[in-house]
Amino acid sequence: MLSFARQSAAALRLLVVLTVVLGVAYPLVVLGLGRLMPDRADGSMLKVDGTVVGSVLIGQAFSGDEWFLPRPSAAGAGYDPRASGATNLGPNSPVLLSTVEQRIQEVAEREGVDPSQVPPDAVTASGSGLDPHISPAYAALQVPRVANARGLDEATVRNLAVEATTGRELGFLGEPRVNVLRLNASLVNLG
Amino acid sequence: MPAALAAALQVGLLVALLAAVHVPFGDYMARVFTTSRHLRVERVVYRLGSIDAEADQRWPVYARSLLAFSFVSILVLYALLRVQGHLPLSLGRSGVPADGAWNTAVSFVTNTNWQWYAGESTMGHLVPMVGLTVQSFVSAAVGLAVAVALVRGFARDRTDRIGSFWVDLVRGTLRVLLPISLVAAVVLLVGGVVQNLAVPHEITTLSGSTQTMVGGPVASQEAIKNLGTNGGGFFAANAAHPFENPDGWTNLFQVFLMLVIPFSLPRTFGQMVGDRRQGVAILAAMGAIWAGAVAVATWAETRGLGTVPQAAGGAMEGKEVRFGPAASALFGVSTTVTSTGANNASYDSFTGLGGGATLFGMMLGEVAPGGVGAGLYGMLVLAVLTVFLAGLMVGRTPEYLGKKIGRREVTLVALTVLTMPALVLVGAAITAGSPALTDASVSDPSVQGSSAHGLSEILYAYTSTANNNGSAFAAFGADTVYQNTALGVAMLLGRFVPMVLVLALAGSLAAQPPQPASRGTLPTHGPVFVGLLVFVTVVVAGLTFFPALALGPVAEALR
Repeated sequence: MLSFARQSAAALRLLVVLTVVLGVAYPLVVLGLGRLMPDRADGSMLKVDGTVVGSVLIGQAFSGDEWFLPRPSAAGAGYDPRASGATNLGPNSPVLLSTVEQRIQEVAEREGVDPSQVPPDAVTASGSGLDPHISPAYAALQVPRVANARGLDEATVRNLAVEATTGRELGFLGEPRVNVLRLNASLVNLG
Repeated sequence: MPAALAAALQVGLLVALLAAVHVPFGDYMARVFTTSRHLRVERVVYRLGSIDAEADQRWPVYARSLLAFSFVSILVLYALLRVQGHLPLSLGRSGVPADGAWNTAVSFVTNTNWQWYAGESTMGHLVPMVGLTVQSFVSAAVGLAVAVALVRGFARDRTDRIGSFWVDLVRGTLRVLLPISLVAAVVLLVGGVVQNLAVPHEITTLSGSTQTMVGGPVASQEAIKNLGTNGGGFFAANAAHPFENPDGWTNLFQVFLMLVIPFSLPRTFGQMVGDRRQGVAILAAMGAIWAGAVAVATWAETRGLGTVPQAAGGAMEGKEVRFGPAASALFGVSTTVTSTGANNASYDSFTGLGGGATLFGMMLGEVAPGGVGAGLYGMLVLAVLTVFLAGLMVGRTPEYLGKKIGRREVTLVALTVLTMPALVLVGAAITAGSPALTDASVSDPSVQGSSAHGLSEILYAYTSTANNNGSAFAAFGADTVYQNTALGVAMLLGRFVPMVLVLALAGSLAAQPPQPASRGTLPTHGPVFVGLLVFVTVVVAGLTFFPALALGPVAEALR
């Protein structure tokens, strides 16, 4: 017992030393290195006309026909960074099944397409609830509605959607994706 | 490019990177743990801690040092969590309640990183830095120390000394984990992972509403979270959160980080016992199981079986668009066959088979390739068991690496192998069998409480904690006083009981004289042995957990 106490005293001293190195110095060094790339370290914020309108990494809620709409979100009341997370409903959950079926109808009706054309990301919530992206298919589905609501040429809006699209990195990492905030910001920039 | 080809190339690049790195890195770690030279900074650390760095320890002393360090770590982290409200940089967050603080302190000290709480609403910035990040480093170094001590048991003869815990701990931290974490944190910063001390602040969104932006020292934690196979995310959404994992390539980089030490340690082992082929055999067994699990989960997730994925046209519930099913499955399997437990998607919403693959990966005891250190010592224990079983089958003398596998060794191995299943099955049975607990342990009992999926959630929680993984089928209602306490006990026993048994095994092996190989010795470096080892690993877990799996994920997948 005495030996355990002696070992514990050594352990405490060592833990204090390591805390200074790993818990203070290390994060502060990384913080300092982050100042060399402040845009990224501070969350990749996007500005429109000099004003911050959000982070390109964090999805935002949009509503109305003049916007490209993001995926359903389980983060708080929707896209709330204070409460990131998923529904965590299972692959055979009856609750989730009826929600998904209902969403398919809503999206199909809103975009004026057949329910079979609605892509999976349009009717499912993401893992973070903050997914900044939609699939290129879902973006393409929304082009006519947005163009119509803004009185724009469909081709113009389609081009903006293509510009906001990122392919797989190196051609095979991740999946192709469209950044919703960037795309909507480019609509605003059109004036 | 077709999605299937992209998925295959993604795995191919990862394998190529690991194949390139594991030889020089494994050799480096062997040098770190065998050299007699101390770095100057290490001498300073030993002096400040009044530690005798030259004292080679007997196994009980090594174990006592390890337990004392972990005990003190739990106390300190518990205290930090309780008094958070009085600390600077706490963002006005109050102290954590007693049951939650117990759970989290045990969780991070045992390298589990099970999280009942949501980081962005529970933690300020200081406790994650001086508490959680610190334990992410040292808990991984403790695992590394035990693995190295066991390898010394095989490498040494006629001695009762297995090394110095303090030296192993400090070297693992300062020479292995810290330098790589620093580089990895910078890479993640470049990828867009945030690192700041921002206070939550409101911004006006593009469409004119408001959103509260959060930040924190994320990149520094993210690096060691993966490298140390910890898995404790800064935010509740863990690596699904775009501030933790913004891109397709940061995702692959994080998978690489969690696999690199476990897949390099077999090389370290081969070097230290003076026969690299032995390391190759262990690596082959680990790699085969990992690859099999990745294939199954990728197939299941891209195929999208289950009523919901079928209706939606793909298994995208709980997944991020930038990752999709393939990169989510790769991450999901890699995080559960190591002891990481991070998640870039909701595993609760995985298909029955895909979720089952993550669960089974843990039930194997996390040995393919397993957590930092824990994977190697777990697999070596199974290798000893395999030698023993093979010896029984063909009447050969059970010997491994010139050490006789006698009664004492087999007893220790059997106890090590049985600890985790006992904790999982007893823990899950108590919860599943108590109506009062099940009502509280699923978020929507009317839907899932009585279903196969509900049982999977309970089973997953105890499998994850007893194996020190930390991932979850997150609909499981973990934040109750009972579950916080019981899961804390499962994590504590699941970590330290096997560790003490493994150290006892190391002591017993080191004491033996070398046994010259005879014609009756089973060669342990060829494909036959690798096949046997994989077979034993899968069958031991399969037989133990088959009844429980049949009622949970199997029943679900067959619907």
